[in-house]
Amino acid sequence: MIEKDDSRTMILDGVEVSFTPGETIYEVASRSPGEIPTLCYDKRLDPFGGCRLCVVEVEGVRNPVASCTTPASEGMEVRTSTEAIDEHRRILLELVASENRQIDVDPLRGYASQELTELVDRYEARTGRFEGARSGSSRTDDDNPFILRDYDLCISCYRCVRVCAEEEGDHAINVLNRGFETRISTEFDGSLKDSDCTFCGQCVQTCPTGALGDRKAMRYEGEPGNIEKTRPICPYCGVGCSIDVMTRDDRIIGVQPAMDGPANLGALCIKGQFAYDFVQHPDRLSTPLIRGEDGELHEATWDEALDRAAAGFKEALEKHGAESVYGVASGRAPNEAAYTMQKFIRAGFGTNQIDNCSRA
Amino acid sequence: MSNPLVDMQKPDVIFCIGTNMTECHPVAATGIKKALAKGARMIVADPRRIRLAELADLYLPIRVGSDVALLLGMAHVISREGLADEAFIAERTTGSEEFRKHLEQFTPEWAAEITGVNAADIEQAALLYAGAERGAIYYTLGITEHICGVDNVKSLCNLALMTGHIGREGTGINPLRGQNNIQGAGDSGAIPANYPGFQPVVDPANQAKFRKLYGREIPAEVGITKVTALDRCGEQIRAMIIDGENTLVSDPDRKHCQHALESLDHLVVIDLFLTETGELADVVFPAAGFGETDGTCANTERRVQRLRAAVTPHGQAKPDWWIISQLARRLGIDGFEYESARDVFNELCDLSPIYAGLDWDLVENGEYQWPVPERGHPGTPILHEGEFENGRGIFSVLSYRDPAETIDDEYPVWLTTGRRLESYHTRTQSGRAHGIDYLLSEETLEVHPDDVSAWGLEDAGWCELASRRGAVRVKVQATDRSPRGTVFCSFSFNDVPVNILTGSGYDPVTQTAELKVCPVRISKA
Ligand code: SF4
Ligand code: SF4
Ligand code: FES
Repeated sequence: MIEKDDSRTMILDGVEVSFTPGETIYEVASRSPGEIPTLCYDKRLDPFGGCRLCVVEVEGVRNPVASCTTPASEGMEVRTSTEAIDEHRRILLELVASENRQIDVDPLRGYASQELTELVDRYEARTGRFEGARSGSSRTDDDNPFILRDYDLCISCYRCVRVCAEEEGDHAINVLNRGFETRISTEFDGSLKDSDCTFCGQCVQTCPTGALGDRKAMRYEGEPGNIEKTRPICPYCGVGCSIDVMTRDDRIIGVQPAMDGPANLGALCIKGQFAYDFVQHPDRLSTPLIRGEDGELHEATWDEALDRAAAGFKEALEKHGAESVYGVASGRAPNEAAYTMQKFIRAGFGTNQIDNCSRA
Repeated sequence: MSNPLVDMQKPDVIFCIGTNMTECHPVAATGIKKALAKGARMIVADPRRIRLAELADLYLPIRVGSDVALLLGMAHVISREGLADEAFIAERTTGSEEFRKHLEQFTPEWAAEITGVNAADIEQAALLYAGAERGAIYYTLGITEHICGVDNVKSLCNLALMTGHIGREGTGINPLRGQNNIQGAGDSGAIPANYPGFQPVVDPANQAKFRKLYGREIPAEVGITKVTALDRCGEQIRAMIIDGENTLVSDPDRKHCQHALESLDHLVVIDLFLTETGELADVVFPAAGFGETDGTCANTERRVQRLRAAVTPHGQAKPDWWIISQLARRLGIDGFEYESARDVFNELCDLSPIYAGLDWDLVENGEYQWPVPERGHPGTPILHEGEFENGRGIFSVLSYRDPAETIDDEYPVWLTTGRRLESYHTRTQSGRAHGIDYLLSEETLEVHPDDVSAWGLEDAGWCELASRRGAVRVKVQATDRSPRGTVFCSFSFNDVPVNILTGSGYDPVTQTAELKVCPVRISKA
């Protein structure tokens, strides 16, 4: 650890650790082993302090404090897990769990959808001791094809509302307080389509209970086999968002944003999040095609097609010279496509008759 | 972009011109929204009252194609009010005297006349931008797709040079590229003037280098652009290979384009789908695309990132590099013995000065923004720190020019084109996604409500849109996003091929088509 002027130290579970002023206890603790449980926390968002699951004991302070909102201070002595704290967390989780129709949800619902399930299991809080009071009821009337709004599973952590405001900058959804009833709603309490929602999916991916679900991925819910994740870059605009493509048995079943993608840091837009069906679409070309004597395109083998393609270039070269051959590279294919295309023209024909499609 | 995407949260004054960022680059736009939440102020210049305009502190509804006039007027004010950064100008630039002399004639009143924005707002925009601690400019195709696209960009550079809003965190001149690897296609040498890594073909040293690498003489002559090549199809150009582009639908002047491709002796197309362009080909190769291939790409902030295959390619589809290499081998061209995308990328790194410090393994996590001139170099998130590439920043002395075609009695309405949030390009990809139709099922022409009634149209009724090149039918949508006298349409739907209409002219330098401006006539259909 580099000693910086503004570095301070505190004691965390008996170990001296350093921190920079402004950091919360949770941020300091997240660098050490031992995991403080959270539900309303998302590291991209302003601390909220709503769920009280992250409470810790601070020496000299009577009541436990929320570690996600309390700043660390010089010499502070913190215990992140004691019998009392763990019991408090377990009861909280029991209460939260009892509010919900179901605890276990398919991981296809969203990136963070397993958070509650995992904590309930970790603290053995699946008791059903308490009679549930619901945080909201599901909006079965919202028939948009992208986002399930299953508020029976909502625990009022407001991560969705905050991610929409703070990260997407959209304020499409908010917390509606009406008497005893608190719930998540759009401006006119209607469907997302009639709100400012851009269907970026960020609320879905931060929801810790699956109350918000990725409806497209959920088409494949409950099917057997493991979900694998692979990380390419989104095929649409030039921002270059990293995405995790979810597959099962060689089939794409959904997309989640890469939370550590350097260009997007967990954000996506509707295209990156939801517009991937083209990849395994039946309209895709599956074989090479060659124009036949009849003027129509016909399926052909690779050998036939490559021979025919090569012959055409050879003929042009012989009859009309190297300058008569032109290459257009793609702005959507990888670097390797553009590189080989320009090399094909330069090394193959000795000209600079090469361009890409950025001009249109 | 001169600056990284994370810098979008850092300016205190943002100037967006010709970019519908919330729809075309939504994730980049979130950075701007964060800056605004922190108190940044924003100027937006755009003919249409787009969402970004609604978020702006100062909205300048300029007439399509009048950007240079606006920017000259702003530069005039900055110079006149003594707001130029004299220290920066003295230390880092050249040509400022001549430029500032030239500016004297371009008063805000003059600019107001051309742009239709009032002079006081032009002055205020200049004061805001010049008065910033960190002023940043963002633009997209609304700046480049004009006959004066290069002048537009140079005018933006002039503003940044005058005010020193470049080469520092949270500043810069930042074009947002429209396609996922349009940056990388240029980086990789798929341009007529440069070898990979933007090494000019006219430089004898580069020529010697590539003679050795590629084992043959390549003339020091710049090739022709795609636009010129299309013009010369059937004459000079006889055989063409097109990778992943639906030229026929995305390019201007569709009739001309179709005629060009049809007059070739030989056309080879590589794509994911059988596009309208593929229908004209002699041979079509099925390419493995997103999610099916390994590879690399470069984003708008020059970040080199890895693509990874998640599933087996559809049918017999193959990676582009494999297809091109096989073709090359059949023609007896040496140097195409690649076995993987990795081999190709490593070769590119070896001969490109901007990728020289990279290789396949190093770009694993996308940490590098080029130039990365040697191993161990951390990459270059911010360009032009300390020095410009060629030493000093040069002011460009330029003037306003009218678009290639301007409105007249016969074609009295400005048409401008672009993209929408839910669709992309020619919809070969986004149009096939389940659910997208729920939000966007058809194309419409956005017309100001007053114009709808003045021109005898009906909201949601059909109209015919005609230019000097052709006509299309499209449904009318009354909206005050469009100003009076200007209408908007995207080119995403094949049943409304607006690029039948466009194509009035090209930038003389880059040959980028004037897709953003086209005079049209509208009648009820
Ligand atoms: S819907 Fe999910 S993210 Fe939103 S408040 Fe409820 S539990 Fe939290
Ligand atoms: S999808 Fe995006 S815009 Fe819509 S409510 Fe969720 S976070 Fe907000
Ligand atoms: S995570 Fe700290 S209060 Fe919820």
